[in-house]
Amino acid sequence: MTQEFLITILATAITAGTPILYAALGELLAERCGILNLGVEGMMLVGAVTGFVFAVRSNDPWVGVLAAMLGGGALALVHAFLTVTLQANQVVSGLALTLFGTGLSGFIGKPYIGIPVENAFKPVTLGFLSDIPVLGPVFFHHDPLVYVTYILVPVLWFFIYYTRPGLHLRAVGENPAAADSLGVSVYRVRYLYVTLGGMLAGVGGAYLSLAYAPTWLENMTAGRGWIAVALVIFAIWNPLRAMLGSYIFGGIDALGFRAQAMGVMIPSFFLKMLPYIFTILVLIMVTRKAMANRVGAPGALGLPYDREER
Amino acid sequence: MIRLERRSAPSPAGMVLIPLTAIFLALLTGAVFLYINGLGSPKGISWGQVLAVYTGMLDGAFGSGYGLSETIVKAIPLMLCGLGVSIAFRMQLWNIGAEGQFYMGAFAAAWVALSFPDLPACVMLPAMVLTGMLCGGLWGLIPAVPRAYLGVNETITTLMLNYVAILWVNYLVFGPWKDPQGMNFPLSKPFTPAAVLPTLGNSRVHLGLAFALVLAVALWIALRQSRWGYEVTVIGESPRAARYAGMNITKNILLVMFFSGAIAGLAGMAEVSAIAQRMQQGLSPGYGYTAIIVAWLAKLNPFAILLVSFLLGALQVGGYSVQSSGVPAAIVFMIQGALLFFVLGGEFFNRYKIVCTGKTKMEV
Repeated sequence: MTQEFLITILATAITAGTPILYAALGELLAERCGILNLGVEGMMLVGAVTGFVFAVRSNDPWVGVLAAMLGGGALALVHAFLTVTLQANQVVSGLALTLFGTGLSGFIGKPYIGIPVENAFKPVTLGFLSDIPVLGPVFFHHDPLVYVTYILVPVLWFFIYYTRPGLHLRAVGENPAAADSLGVSVYRVRYLYVTLGGMLAGVGGAYLSLAYAPTWLENMTAGRGWIAVALVIFAIWNPLRAMLGSYIFGGIDALGFRAQAMGVMIPSFFLKMLPYIFTILVLIMVTRKAMANRVGAPGALGLPYDREER
Repeated sequence: MIRLERRSAPSPAGMVLIPLTAIFLALLTGAVFLYINGLGSPKGISWGQVLAVYTGMLDGAFGSGYGLSETIVKAIPLMLCGLGVSIAFRMQLWNIGAEGQFYMGAFAAAWVALSFPDLPACVMLPAMVLTGMLCGGLWGLIPAVPRAYLGVNETITTLMLNYVAILWVNYLVFGPWKDPQGMNFPLSKPFTPAAVLPTLGNSRVHLGLAFALVLAVALWIALRQSRWGYEVTVIGESPRAARYAGMNITKNILLVMFFSGAIAGLAGMAEVSAIAQRMQQGLSPGYGYTAIIVAWLAKLNPFAILLVSFLLGALQVGGYSVQSSGVPAAIVFMIQGALLFFVLGGEFFNRYKIVCTGKTKMEV
């Protein structure tokens, strides 16, 4: 294990973790306001494909990111309408979203399979920051979408815990009836954050198709949306912990990938199983700990809110 | 003035009208996307051509004896997986791992067929059924244990295991099980004829259909008549009431997830034995996921599951048949997802009715 190898692994952990991080941050916002959205996988796929299509057509990856946000947000809006306005079962609606998004992305993306994107995101160095030994190559030799998360994560953390709208967000998720009686519009808050969550999931998808593996493949998210849902539980609904968790998952992804390249004699199929098995193990550990410490999900997570039943 | 009023009971008309409207709206959604997608193509598209896609699908699924039998062939795994997940859903256990349980059932059945090729059919087939169900059931039990004892979210764990199961099967057909005469395709050796389920006449419709019919009846009776069926229903509707009544929730979670997985495993066994007749990559085009839609659309009623499976099987066969004219097969999954959306949205109108009162006019 040379230092160089370690740096490569850590740097890859960040790029591999970033799509999951975007999606997890989005899911975190939705769950904070009390709406469970299991459609992350679908929203990521739609984000990946719309991002790719628009980036190819406009030759500008940022246009792709914008399109991915709109695509993911539009799907999330459907979920919000079903679960907030029509009070439908959130689990089933989320599953529908994933199935619909998988189909829709395959449908849109069919003509784009195997097409290269000319102007994919490329690593950018950040002056003296990138020259710091070890930390520079690990953290500051990435594409702009990675740098965005360095700002987004602390901002979201501050927003949720230390601002008034953040307080409203948490209140709606913990006790919507109480928030409502204080004059917070539960419906508006839920629509807002579920949609924002979908936009972030869309960016996560676009990161895959425009930066991580700049290409479009059917089902290219390969369960990352579900890992993001699990990660939110691991993160105890805290953006900073979500960031840490994403990088751990990215690291496992990267390790499997590197081990293969180094000719480790384990069939690649088993290495590819690692993130999924790890997700299950992490969920079990976190749930045990959460039960012991009595910290857990937002109080009203998964429950529809009906004003007339207050 | 328009306002919403809560219904005391779902209206009988709604029970029929809502699914029909949902089907219509889902097809309409598909049509709109077909149209938009067609606009981008150099040749352009007209609504007539969109309609032609649908009539083509209809023709592919029902237009010939072959189409009809293929529809039933696709419906069989949907029926079985749908019945499987419906038991879990009834208890509010979100088993979305039918896909993986299907693959593990197929794996175990294939293992029997490939390891003991000399068995006569009367031993071989029951052995394949039993091992397939056992393996699918155990695969369902893995997420059930942490769910039952620690309350670990089963939605995510069942789904994660789908990926593990598919990777496992891929490892086998790309590695140790690969047929030396298979031209390097990810296929195992073909099964001996004794390991192939009997079919109906010359068609590909196989004994799995009988499995599904018998299971549906058995499930219907078990849910209605047995103590166990009653417990499952009560736990699903109110875990607290069930606990006060002294029902063993932990035991029922384990039991239900095992059965749920075992039935999906049986679907995998039937598919690998009768249709593929060897283990291969991509054995299921997502039956386990479509089964979720089947179960919900059928409101978890075993007989309705048979009917809905038939309809969604037809959609799949129809989707394949129009692929040659350039329509991506993914449209099938899109329409299925949309269908679930509309059914979910429609349930609102089962609970509420829109009342138009003339009051405001009088006040003016």
